[in-house]
Amino acid sequence: MDNYLKLSVKSDCINEHLSRQVIATFMTSLDPTLEEICDVKTAVSEAVTNAIVHGYENLTGTVNLTAEINGKELYIEVEDYGRGIADVERAREPLYTSQPEKERSGMGFTVMEAFMDYVDVISRPGLGTKVIMKKLIGVAHEM
Amino acid sequence: MTKILINNNLVVKLIGEIDHSNSNKYRHEIDDEIKRRPVRNLIFDFKDLDFMDSSGIGMILGRYKTIKGLDGVVMIASPKKQVEKIINVSGLHKIIPVYESVDKAINSMREVAYNG
Ligand SMILES: Nc1ncnc2c1ncn2[C@@H]1O[C@H](COP(=O)(O)OP(=O)(O)OP(=O)(O)O)[C@@H](O)[C@H]1O
Ligand SMILES: [Mg+2]
Repeated sequence: MDNYLKLSVKSDCINEHLSRQVIATFMTSLDPTLEEICDVKTAVSEAVTNAIVHGYENLTGTVNLTAEINGKELYIEVEDYGRGIADVERAREPLYTSQPEKERSGMGFTVMEAFMDYVDVISRPGLGTKVIMKKLIGVAHEM
Repeated sequence: MTKILINNNLVVKLIGEIDHSNSNKYRHEIDDEIKRRPVRNLIFDFKDLDFMDSSGIGMILGRYKTIKGLDGVVMIASPKKQVEKIINVSGLHKIIPVYESVDKAINSMREVAYNG
């Protein structure tokens, strides 16, 4: 492992911006393009926001952001100890949301999948959710 | 956020970032404006918007429903590359037309009015 990062934040919406800034700074050693930085910031924003608005709903808890650099690969984990997801497959479907009254569009997972190379969701109802994402950085513009 | 009314077109300029921490605030500000003034169409000016995630998509779709109820049209003007990417990935561009500039968006309305 070339580098790693572990950040624990309170499930407060002000930490969405913070998480985006931290991951953007962390990945600079991979010499990313602006587009790659934006892609990763967006994916992290989606996962951290989900932990806050769905995992903990109106409760307070901790959101863990873990990141690793292995060669050209950026590995990211976003973890909460909240409500969990009973049906992950349905949750990942485009347009599925459990909060339509809050004007959620149900596109968070779709966005993560489009912006990252790999997205996995591990969840246990009542225990929490972990979103694992990977992306190769600086590969497309070398070819 | 700045708001200007040009005829019955409300032009809303969003600056900086849209995420879950501020999307509700924007939603209420825009809805108030729609209630208080003779708004028919809504144009989002994204020239100075640097970041948006799916919370922004939800906020735009919500306004789309309101404006549709008024027989109006919602448009997006001058998004930056990242913002345009999420507009496309989310499928938003299929129901909300994207223009290079606010002027072009407003002109497209004139053409619709003229032809229709
Ligand atoms: N960390 C989490 N804990 C519990 N449930 C979650 C979590 N993340 C996602 N979900 C569930 O998966 C659904 C889909 O998530 P997704 O991010 O795709 O859409 P959304 O958050 O509802 O809407 P949007 O992201 O467009 O605002 C959510 O509505 C919620 O029910
Ligand atoms: Mg979401």
